[in-house]
Amino acid sequence: MIEIGLNAYILLSVVLFAIGFFGVLVRKNTLVIYICLELMLVAATLALVAFSRYNGTMDGNVFVFFILTVAAAEVAVGLAIIVALFRKRMTVQVDKLNALKN
Amino acid sequence: MAEYLFYFLSAFTVLCSLGVVLNRNAINSSLCFLLALVGVAGLFAMLEAYLLAVLMVLVYAGAVVALFLFIVMLLDLNEKSAWSMKGLSTVSAVIAFALLVAGVCSFALQGQLDTLPLSEVPAVGASLKNYGYQLFTTYLLPVQVVGFLLLIAMLGVIVLSKKFDAVEDSA
Repeated sequence: MIEIGLNAYILLSVVLFAIGFFGVLVRKNTLVIYICLELMLVAATLALVAFSRYNGTMDGNVFVFFILTVAAAEVAVGLAIIVALFRKRMTVQVDKLNALKN
Repeated sequence: MAEYLFYFLSAFTVLCSLGVVLNRNAINSSLCFLLALVGVAGLFAMLEAYLLAVLMVLVYAGAVVALFLFIVMLLDLNEKSAWSMKGLSTVSAVIAFALLVAGVCSFALQGQLDTLPLSEVPAVGASLKNYGYQLFTTYLLPVQVVGFLLLIAMLGVIVLSKKFDAVEDSA
């Protein structure tokens, strides 16, 4: 039986991060960009849990606990900002939100 | 057996997160994100962090994705093209993504993190007692700070969603 090493988990986490990063770069909808940001956070938590498990320490797990809490707060505030933005500008497309341009 | 489960879960997670990025519809993206989170929770369970797997499903899949779905339905977006594929930003996006992919490939080919085999490392994340002990001894101050952060976030959301009518009137 082949044991799954730490490398596999870290590689998966990096791939997830890269996919989220790509989404942030190419999508236009602010909500989808936000989901992709969350995907990057999840990738980081996966790496933390894997490091914690393979080193026999508790710190990574506890850190993931805090990341979950902060992410929940962040999503609430971020979505409130997006809703406020939509009320003011009637769009959430990033290429139309160019009020600072001129 | 465990390695097949790992391969299945990781392929599932990667496919679902690709679905997040590639789906044209924002609701489909949110639902793909939900599935990706379930996959990550399964990986957490494989890493014997059972509490975190449950919290992942409860907090992320239960609360965060539900909030996303509410907002997506509330805003009623009618977008013609989901992609921004023009101009200098596309070039910089492709270059940045290519650099990241090159990094991943070099890591996959060369990066070797030496660890003990899993049977020799204690699974400290498996027991709930360890979490409680750590949170209320070593990390007591961060727990209180996070509590205040949640309070402030709640106040911020209330202010943001209430006050904007007044601001719009004055503007």
